[in-house]
Amino acid sequence: MENEFRLKTGLAEMLKGGVIMDVTDADQARIAEEAGAAAVMALERVPADIRREGGVARMASIRKIRQIMEAVSIPVMAKCRIGHFAEARILEALGVDYIDESEVLTPADEVHHVDKHDFKVPFVCGARNLGEALRRITEGAAMIRTKGEAGTGDIVHAVRHMRAIVSEMKQLTVMAPEELFARAKELQAPYELVRMVAREGKLPVPNFSAGGIATPADAALVMQLGAEAVFVGSGIFKSEDPGVRARAIVRATTHFRDAQVLLECCEDLGEPMRGIDAAGLKPEEQLQTRGW
Amino acid sequence: MPLADQAEASNQPQSAILLGILALQGDYEAHARTLERLGLRPESAAPAAAPGGWRFVRHAEDLDGLDGLILPGGESTTMLKFLEQAGFLERLRQFAAARPCFGTCAGAILMARQVSHPQQPSLGVLELTVERNAYGRQIDSFIDRGEWAGAQEKDAPPPEMVFIRAPRFRDAGPTVEVLARWHGEPVLVRQGKLLAATFHPELTEDTRVHEMFLRMIRSARAQPGESSPRA
Repeated sequence: MENEFRLKTGLAEMLKGGVIMDVTDADQARIAEEAGAAAVMALERVPADIRREGGVARMASIRKIRQIMEAVSIPVMAKCRIGHFAEARILEALGVDYIDESEVLTPADEVHHVDKHDFKVPFVCGARNLGEALRRITEGAAMIRTKGEAGTGDIVHAVRHMRAIVSEMKQLTVMAPEELFARAKELQAPYELVRMVAREGKLPVPNFSAGGIATPADAALVMQLGAEAVFVGSGIFKSEDPGVRARAIVRATTHFRDAQVLLECCEDLGEPMRGIDAAGLKPEEQLQTRGW
Repeated sequence: MPLADQAEASNQPQSAILLGILALQGDYEAHARTLERLGLRPESAAPAAAPGGWRFVRHAEDLDGLDGLILPGGESTTMLKFLEQAGFLERLRQFAAARPCFGTCAGAILMARQVSHPQQPSLGVLELTVERNAYGRQIDSFIDRGEWAGAQEKDAPPPEMVFIRAPRFRDAGPTVEVLARWHGEPVLVRQGKLLAATFHPELTEDTRVHEMFLRMIRSARAQPGESSPRA
């Protein structure tokens, strides 16, 4: 692996077992860091608000991201629109630690994603299945996260996507070489990457989970399904007591197999975000179908 | 010196060692993979004949019976949130005073006497100050060859060093021995039973720093009055 890509996945290695929290200002960023977040995602509006208010969702204001970068010592990520390489260049120049080319924002290109190899800053991208994950890795993503259905507080899609990715990887490990060629065609992914996954049984980059995580139990669930860290968006700052909930989710992510600790994490949490039943969303209301 | 020779030289039967890897957050699995390359196995799966086993440490009581501990890279602020609960930090401090510990990046930050940029609590066992994120943000992360500082390794190939949002060692006390440098700066140091790096040997194919730590554990066990707590 070339050195630049090793550095990109290297930072993702450092985030493993941690929680990356969506924040919209410096105060929230400090609450997140104080609660033990491994990184924060700076954005203008959390997905639940984007969903409610509508309008075009773009890269966050530079002033706001800078304030967040100054407020905390942990890594700061920011989102750019799918295919919007100019936003990505600006975020790189600003010095954010990771860019999320995200379906949560309004896509800027209906065909192309950003050529992420061309950047020094690492990228994370969402995926619903193995083919999508491998296409993003081909474009240079150094971290994959499930898309789930952001802003709903409903874990069902994150679970579906994590199960799909893990199960499709398992299938590759038992396929004959000639089957891998055919499977690569079906996955719309390069054969070399498909063969690598078949050999290793896992993605060549860290595999995190996002999209609907709202409780400590949700975090433990996706970790047990194979996530290596979790992103929590609206789930924290749309809940009754963000600080308490953030600490509980951090703790649950570390002790994700320890039911006794998980029980303690669920005591006295306050109300979770109310959420939206993702099954009731019309196809055009889904964020996860953005990205190609 | 290869591990087998070292055991012979110290005239000790090569009994299996048991290592802990602090697994609160960070790249603890990368350290586990390096230990596996050196023949160590997960504690539950380690045959008696193996050079040793390792376990992940998530609670203070997981430290019981360990011959040494690795503190991995990751976010030191996140790890501190766990350590500051239920007396974990104090238990770890006692452990680090008695048994070999090896910290990389965030792990080294936890071991330091003092932490700057910003200030934060630490174990205070390693006689130096660590400045966090001293080289800048992720876009300033880099991979480079460093140089060994000790006479023994002078002719050995230089180690490859992966620096990720790396900290910097400052104001090292007289008991701190510099083992490797990058551009003249100390990046791998030893103080008695403690080993600390600002870079990530666990993210390279080079196992020499981990082998060095295993030798420190074996020699600590060979010292009189330092019998293993498992014995």
